[in-house]
Amino acid sequence: MPLLQIQKMTHYFGGLRAVYDYNLAMETGQVCGLIGPNGAGKTTIFNLITGIYRATEGKIFLEGSELNGLAPHEIAARGLGRTFQNLLLWRHMTVLEHVKMARYSKISYGLFGAFFGTAQRHREEAAIEAKALGLLGMMGIKHCADQVVVNLPYGVQRRVEMARALAMDPKILFLDEPTAGMNPEELAQMMEIIRQVRDELGLAIFLIEHRMKVVMELCEHIQTLVFGEVIAEGTPNEIQNNPKVIEAYLGKEAVE
Amino acid sequence: MQATSDKRWFKRLGRSFSQVPLLGWLLGALVAVALEQIGGLSLAWAVGLPKIPVLFGFLMALKKPLLVPSALLYVVLIYVLPIGVIARVSASPLNRLAGKLFSSSLVISVVIHLGLLYATLHVWAGISDYRLLVLKLALIAILLTLSLNVVNGYMGEFSCSHPGFMALGAYGASICTVVLFVDDKLFGSALLPAAIGPFFFPLALILGGLLAAVGALAVAIPSFRTRGDYLAIISLAFMFIVKSMIENLEIVGGPRGLSSQPDWANLPTVFLWTVAGIWIINNFVRSTIGKALNAVRDNEMAADAMTVNTRRTKFIAFCFAAFWAGIAGGLFAHVLRYVNPSTFGIQKLAEVLAMVYFGGLNSVYGSIVGALGISLLGEALRPLEIFKWIIIPLLLILVMIYRPTGLIAFREFDVVKLLQSKQHSEKGV
Repeated sequence: MPLLQIQKMTHYFGGLRAVYDYNLAMETGQVCGLIGPNGAGKTTIFNLITGIYRATEGKIFLEGSELNGLAPHEIAARGLGRTFQNLLLWRHMTVLEHVKMARYSKISYGLFGAFFGTAQRHREEAAIEAKALGLLGMMGIKHCADQVVVNLPYGVQRRVEMARALAMDPKILFLDEPTAGMNPEELAQMMEIIRQVRDELGLAIFLIEHRMKVVMELCEHIQTLVFGEVIAEGTPNEIQNNPKVIEAYLGKEAVE
Repeated sequence: MQATSDKRWFKRLGRSFSQVPLLGWLLGALVAVALEQIGGLSLAWAVGLPKIPVLFGFLMALKKPLLVPSALLYVVLIYVLPIGVIARVSASPLNRLAGKLFSSSLVISVVIHLGLLYATLHVWAGISDYRLLVLKLALIAILLTLSLNVVNGYMGEFSCSHPGFMALGAYGASICTVVLFVDDKLFGSALLPAAIGPFFFPLALILGGLLAAVGALAVAIPSFRTRGDYLAIISLAFMFIVKSMIENLEIVGGPRGLSSQPDWANLPTVFLWTVAGIWIINNFVRSTIGKALNAVRDNEMAADAMTVNTRRTKFIAFCFAAFWAGIAGGLFAHVLRYVNPSTFGIQKLAEVLAMVYFGGLNSVYGSIVGALGISLLGEALRPLEIFKWIIIPLLLILVMIYRPTGLIAFREFDVVKLLQSKQHSEKGV
C-alpha cells in the first residue's frame, strides 16, 4: 500500500476543468516533482490534496485511509505538511512562534492549561520550544528565533515556512515552488536543505518547481501537467527526452 | 549649551530611575498615599486649596483655573516628590529584595507586589467615596477592555456586541443575587440567608459570565462562517436585540431597570476579579493555543494548513471574551447597585472601543493603559461638560494618526520580566 494514493481526481471551477483524471502513488523517502507551465493547475492539485478545495471526483488515500471530506486542519494533522507559493506567514508573530504553532493539534494541556498555566502546560510548551529550536537549527536560522517574520530576508522567510511545516511531523511534505525568487546562493542552500530533510527525517517530498535544475537533480519521479492533465511522467531522464514535454513545456531549453 | 546640558541631566535622571524595581515604585506610591491620608488636608489648606483634590487636581483646576498652581504644587508635593525620592533611595536594597523574592518563589513575589498595589489603591480610595467609585469603575473597565481586545485585537475581528454581553452578565448576576438574598418587590422575599451571600457572589458572577458566553454562541454560529464585516453587523444587531429584549421584559423591571443589588462588590472583590481576569486572559493569549488567534488573524489559510482548528479557535475566543465581559457586567451592576438597559447601548460601545484602540491592540499593557486612561480622563475632564466630548475624540484621532494600532500595541505582558530585580542592567551596560 503506497503512503499517498490519489485515484482519478478531477476538479471543476464552475465550467472550467482545472484538473482532470489525476493519479499519484508515493512512497516514504521518495521525492516527486510536479512541473508544468503557469496556470496548468499545479497549485490546485496541492490545494485539492490538502483539503482547501474539495475534489469534484476522485479519491485520496493516506496510508489507506480516505482523506476526502476532511477539513484542511484535520488533513494537516494526519501528516500532510505544506509550504505556500506566495509565503503565507503570520506577520505579527516571531519565527519561534511560527514553528511552535504547527504543534497545535498535538497539544494535550487543553483549555484548562491555557487559562490557568498548569505545570503540564509549562512542560509541554518547553518541549515544543525545544523541538522548534532544533528545527530552526537544522534550517540554520536559530539566531532569528525571536524576530518578527516581516523583518527577515526572503530566503530566511522561506526557511521559516519549511521549519513550520516540518514541526508538525508530516509524513509527506508539499513544497510549492520552494526556490521561487531565490538567488543562486540561496538556491543551493535550499536544495541542500531539501536533501537533508529527506535523508534525516525520512519523509516523502512532493514539490512544484519551475527551475529545471532543481527538479532534475532532486526528484526521482516527475509528472508534467498541462491544462490540468498529466501528459507525461517518469524519471528525470525520461521526462527530459519526452517529445510531448519538449513540445508543451521545455521547448528550446531541452534542445540546448 | 544650556539646552544640551539640560538634556544630559534629564537623561541621567532617566537612567538612574530605570534601575528602580517595580517594588520601589509601589512602595513609593504607598508612602505617597499614606502621606496624603495623614497630612493631605493640612497641605491642601496650606497651598490654598479648599479640600484635598480628588483626581490629582484636575477637577479643581478645570473648575477654577486660578487654582492651577496650587493644585500642581499639591500634586508635586504629595505624589511626585515622595514617589521619586523613595523609589530612588530604596532602589538598591529593594533590588536585592526583589531578586531574592524572585529567585525563591514567583508566587510569593507576585502576592507581595499585588498586596502593595492593593494597599496603595485602598489608601488612595479611602480619601473619598468618589475616588472609590472611580477606581472600581476603572478596574471593571480594564476587564471589559481586555476581553474585547481578545476579539478585536488578538483575533482581528471587529465585534460590537460587548455592551450586550455586559448586559447579559449584569442582569444574570443581579437576578441571581436579588432573587436569592434580597427582599425585593419584584421577586419577593429572600430565599437564602444574607450571611452566605458574599460567598455565593462569585458563583452569581460566573453564572452571569456563562449567560454572556451562551449569548456569544448565538452571534458566533451564524457569523463565523465567513470573515470580514459580517461579524461587525451581526454583533451590532445582537447588542440592540439584548437591549430591547431587556427593555421589554417586565419581570426584570423593563426600561426602569433593576435595583437593590446587595453591596458585595467592594474594592477587594473588584480588585481580585480584575487581577484574576488579567491573569487568565494573559495566560491564554501567551499559550500556543491562544497564539492560534494571531495565526487566524494574520492568515487563516496558513493556520488551517498548520493543523489549527480555526473554527473552534474563533468560537472559544469569542465565548471566552464574552464570559469576561459578563463578569465585568456583573461587577458593574453590583458596584452601582442599579442597572437599566439604556446603559448598555451605543455609548458604552463607543467607550469600550475607544479604550481598546487608544490603549493598543493585541496587548494586555495596552488594555490596562487604555481603560485607565480613558476612564480617568473621562472623569477628570467632567467639569468641561460638552467640551469633554471634543477633547477625548481629538486625542483618539491623534493616537490613530501617530500610532495607528494604539499606544502600546503588540507587546507581551511578561510577569517574570516585570518582577525581576533591575540591578543586572547596571552591570550589563
